Amino acid sequence: MSSVATENRPETSRDVVASVRNVTKVYRLGGEDVKALAGVSIDFHQGDFVAIMGSSGSGKSTLLNLLGCLDRPTTGQYFLGGNDVATLDDESLSRVRGRYLGFVFQSYNLIQQLSVVENIAVPLAYQRPTNPDGPELCLRLAKLVGLSGRLGHRPNQLSGGQQQRVAIARALVNNPHVILADEPTGNLDTATSLEIMDLLDALNNAGRTIVMVTHEPDIAARAKTVISLRDGKIESITHNG
Amino acid sequence: MNFLQQLRLGFRSLLLHKLRSALAVLGILIGVTAVIWLVALGEGVSYQAQQQIKNLGATSIIVRSIKPTEESNSESGSRSGIAYGLLRDDYDRILANVPTITKAMPMREINREVRNGEFAIDATLVGCTPEYFDINRLGIERGRPLSAADMEYLDNVAVLAYEVAERLFPIEDPVGRAVQIGDEFYVVIGVAEQRTASAAIGGSLAARQYDKDVYIPLSTFRARIGDRVITVRGGTFQNETVELNQITAVVDDMKAVDSSADIIRDLLRRYHKLLDYAVVVPKELLEQAETLRTMFNVLLLLIAGISLLVGGIGIMNIMLATVTERTREIGIRRALGATKGEIVQQFLWETVVLSGTGGLLGVAFGFLCGPTVALVRRTISELFPEVWSSLPPNIRDLEPLLAPWSIAAAFGISVGVGIIFGIYPARRAANMDPIEALRHE
Repeated sequence: MSSVATENRPETSRDVVASVRNVTKVYRLGGEDVKALAGVSIDFHQGDFVAIMGSSGSGKSTLLNLLGCLDRPTTGQYFLGGNDVATLDDESLSRVRGRYLGFVFQSYNLIQQLSVVENIAVPLAYQRPTNPDGPELCLRLAKLVGLSGRLGHRPNQLSGGQQQRVAIARALVNNPHVILADEPTGNLDTATSLEIMDLLDALNNAGRTIVMVTHEPDIAARAKTVISLRDGKIESITHNG
Repeated sequence: MNFLQQLRLGFRSLLLHKLRSALAVLGILIGVTAVIWLVALGEGVSYQAQQQIKNLGATSIIVRSIKPTEESNSESGSRSGIAYGLLRDDYDRILANVPTITKAMPMREINREVRNGEFAIDATLVGCTPEYFDINRLGIERGRPLSAADMEYLDNVAVLAYEVAERLFPIEDPVGRAVQIGDEFYVVIGVAEQRTASAAIGGSLAARQYDKDVYIPLSTFRARIGDRVITVRGGTFQNETVELNQITAVVDDMKAVDSSADIIRDLLRRYHKLLDYAVVVPKELLEQAETLRTMFNVLLLLIAGISLLVGGIGIMNIMLATVTERTREIGIRRALGATKGEIVQQFLWETVVLSGTGGLLGVAFGFLCGPTVALVRRTISELFPEVWSSLPPNIRDLEPLLAPWSIAAAFGISVGVGIIFGIYPARRAANMDPIEALRHE
């Protein structure tokens, strides 16, 4: 938005959509500082499909929260949509989330009292300005994820796989720069997991940038790039064939 | 989200917990209905009082005879009985000494049985002058009022009040017929219009049922009945001598009322050793009634305000429970781009929908005040006639008056209560950490 922020942006590649620069995150727990992230720098390019792996305590959830603008780093920079969002206030962070990010959660996180099509439309309520094609877009996305026959159903009338499809459609409705997926297959059986991964693959092939946190190696293997974290630092970056 | 979407979302969230929402609505509903009903009843009572006072006339001064208390009257046990009250001389003195008075009317009254053959009624026999009907704004339905000639010739003529005429002459026209009072017969020359009973005002005017009056010329009263009245009460004879029960004086100008009343008080004090009279000024009563009405309304609003406060606390309680239950939803909405302000708005809308619904229903129930009072009146008068007839007339005749300002105020306050008591839960929802909220089970 501001030209100053654009000038500060690192000149890595033309199609970088999100970039963290040397971010650290320190929590205070019982009077002691705990370093959850100890200086991480990654660039995410347009069309990337990145899996972040690591054991529990490795900092992968913290990194995902920072990437999702749900939290701010202690130090470092995070460029998203041309701005350093690391320093934004709460309201601006909300706007950034609504504009540039799509979320897919392990436990789907649909709103129970809303129907399929209404759940898909939730992010549109917080768009400024409002999207005039919203209702039509929701129907198109429901069809894309194969749920056009269940538009009026409530989440509790759907299977886990169907609910995750609704969540994916919801993550697409604001046309985000990055889709953040937190263990998207964690609650699903193997066959359904494969279906969901196929859907994510298809979206990635269509040009969507996806960042996924997982601890399952065979799910991570579906991504183009696998970043392993250990003790708050990047341990390795692997590019899959 | 636009206004309608917010409203719809609010309704839908509340419909998820129908009983809980209904109870919260009930709290506000009762509060709003209470405001409207209490104010309507209060307005009804004060309207009644004001009408009565206005009927007495804003330019009139009423002087009434009062029976002195036992202690101040040492001769009460004597054979001669007691003599008290206003004298015919008082009347002359008032007329002669108070120049602002344009007309004055002396009056004498006593309870007597009035008969027409087998029909009888315990009536108030009123001896008065022709001015009575004019000063008291009492119209004549049939026949004619008393005239100066009736006074002069001490005629045995009577004007019947509405109910007396109905009871004694259920079928025929009473005008021209005769009624019996004691040993005397009186020719009915007119029937007065119906007039609602008045309640006691300010302690100095007793409650009065005009519809049970029989009016005869004051001169006739004096000649046929006299000043001394002997009644049997509790086995003993009571012997009272009263010349006049009341003098109504009318002054030419409202501004002259207070000073004229003072002159009358001075005049009477000089000639009466005992305080066996009272001076009542309707204009003062009207002002008192006005003050009383304001105080009454403030008190009612206070009571109603407390009930709305209780309703508001109920709403806050429910919204806090809702916010806790929907922590996850709040986290989801925050992650998907909702700002704190938008979360506050969402929950405020829900409380406003709750309290607004309660307010609207309360207003609807408020309009039922009149029919409900009518129903209660009919039920009591049919099922418990004795209880009904023992109630004072101002309660029996009470008509609630819906005050438009109370409806607007009650609805406004209910919505205000919703906003005030909704702010804390809504802010609590908005201030949740989205990461924590998303993790909430």
